[in-house]
Amino acid sequence: MASKQIMLIDIAHARSGDKGDAANVGVIARDKRHYPILLRELGAERVKKHFEGICLGKVERFELPNLGAINFLLHNTLGGGGTVSLKNDAQGKTISSAILRMMITVDDAELA
Amino acid sequence: MKDFIRIASGQGFWGDLIDAPYNQVTQGPIDYLVMDFLAEVTMSILQKQKRKNPALGYAKDLIAQFERILPHIAGKGIKVITNGGGVNPIACKDAILATARKMGITGITVGVVLGDDILDSLDDLTSRGAALANMENGAELSGVRNRLQSANVYFGAAPIVEALRQGADIVITGRTTDTGLTLAPMIYEFGWSFDDWDKMAAGTVAGHILECGAQSSGGNFLGDWRSVPDLAHVGFPIAEAYPNGEFVITKHEGTGGLVSVATVSEQLLYEIGDPKTYITPDCIADFTSIQLEQLSENRVRVFGIKGRPETDSFKVSMSYLDGYSAIGTLTYAWPDAYEKARAADGILRTRLSDLKLEFDEIRTEYVGLNSCHGPLAPIPTDINEVVLRIGVRSQTFDAVERFGRELAPLILTGPPSVTGFAAGRPKPSEVVAYWPALLAKTFVTPRIEVEGV
Repeated sequence: MASKQIMLIDIAHARSGDKGDAANVGVIARDKRHYPILLRELGAERVKKHFEGICLGKVERFELPNLGAINFLLHNTLGGGGTVSLKNDAQGKTISSAILRMMITVDDAELA
Repeated sequence: MKDFIRIASGQGFWGDLIDAPYNQVTQGPIDYLVMDFLAEVTMSILQKQKRKNPALGYAKDLIAQFERILPHIAGKGIKVITNGGGVNPIACKDAILATARKMGITGITVGVVLGDDILDSLDDLTSRGAALANMENGAELSGVRNRLQSANVYFGAAPIVEALRQGADIVITGRTTDTGLTLAPMIYEFGWSFDDWDKMAAGTVAGHILECGAQSSGGNFLGDWRSVPDLAHVGFPIAEAYPNGEFVITKHEGTGGLVSVATVSEQLLYEIGDPKTYITPDCIADFTSIQLEQLSENRVRVFGIKGRPETDSFKVSMSYLDGYSAIGTLTYAWPDAYEKARAADGILRTRLSDLKLEFDEIRTEYVGLNSCHGPLAPIPTDINEVVLRIGVRSQTFDAVERFGRELAPLILTGPPSVTGFAAGRPKPSEVVAYWPALLAKTFVTPRIEVEGV
């Protein structure tokens, strides 16, 4: 079976925000049939590696099959949190689109 | 009992669209208008205003907004619930009543929820055994005790329900959870029991969907933002709530925006942690139980929600002073814009280092290149321009002030083709840090006052 690399944004959308110095990012399958791909490709370790240099703490992962979504908590990510942080994106609002840059591996059949 | 009630979101944060509350009460039928004003740092700003003037300390925008909506809510029997009372709900109530009198409007009763502000009773609470340690890192309160600016308990829906039962048409609270504002009218109208956990969770989820205003009705929608029609006239979300705990998220006919399973899903995932354990003062809601169904255009049914009993603690939100910060920017143009901006950053850092100033942090970002996505953002080879953005944080005011004086000279003493300094020197501002804690519910009791015109 032929497999290929696609960008996560092709099959998912997302929203992110702040929880203290942690950012949360919820990733949602655009089509619920593709949710198994998210479950397989978006392990906590994989997400931690993706955010190397941004997320300085651990990554927690929570599944929401009812929404075809996975929620991640990225600890120690916002430069001290909303009010202290000197970051342009102190509230982690753009972590959502940042995770969608990830390249993932899919089989052609999975996208059919 | 009513067959259903329409609860409309009128404000997603302090600074949201000023006309949203007016539009919600005039562009279609609603029963309740709920407005969330309070972010974590807002309380410290309001405490500062109250120290300067004891008649302030609430969201002043509210009064102008009430001036516009009072004639409509009085005529239509719409009730308004808001946490915009900040650290002075009584003064907020007085200002609303004064506005009503000035406009010749009668038959309006305003209820206030009091008791959330524990700043003045902290010593008493700690002497009675409340630790109020930082719930994120376990640090002891004594380390910041003399720098505290505000301290507020998050109340839930219960005191608002009590105010409604005492006849309030308008309920003004201090630090109430965003979700409690929406849950309260459901409990009041449908006679739900406070230990009917699935219903408490359902109203809480409705509150989470409404609490950020248009962020659930097409705003900030990453799914497909181009598909959202007429954001200029975006309709804020409305929950059409039923006695069995189900509700439909919609918006007024003829408004812009979009209510779909995708827009509601994004909002459900906003600022949550463990989705099985969404804790409020009212219950623990299980976000993995939420079912969504698109009924028709701009109508999404939300059902199946499960809840568990409340915990025995209130969350407490405190703020304390933690030094000073300033942020400044300069814009560098082609050619070699990025290289020049980096060189300028190096020059500035050398000068700050030569001055032996002490900073907790100096952060440099290049807006246009990587300030949002950091190392994930590929840097193009030949960019047209870039904004150098430098922020500093220090316990010392003078260090931050001196940083502000060192930035502008880069224009005449650094790399060329630089501009963008019309706003002047960056001024030091106080850093207000956040101290979350837990407090046993037995320590505090909400109080209600009602007054009418």
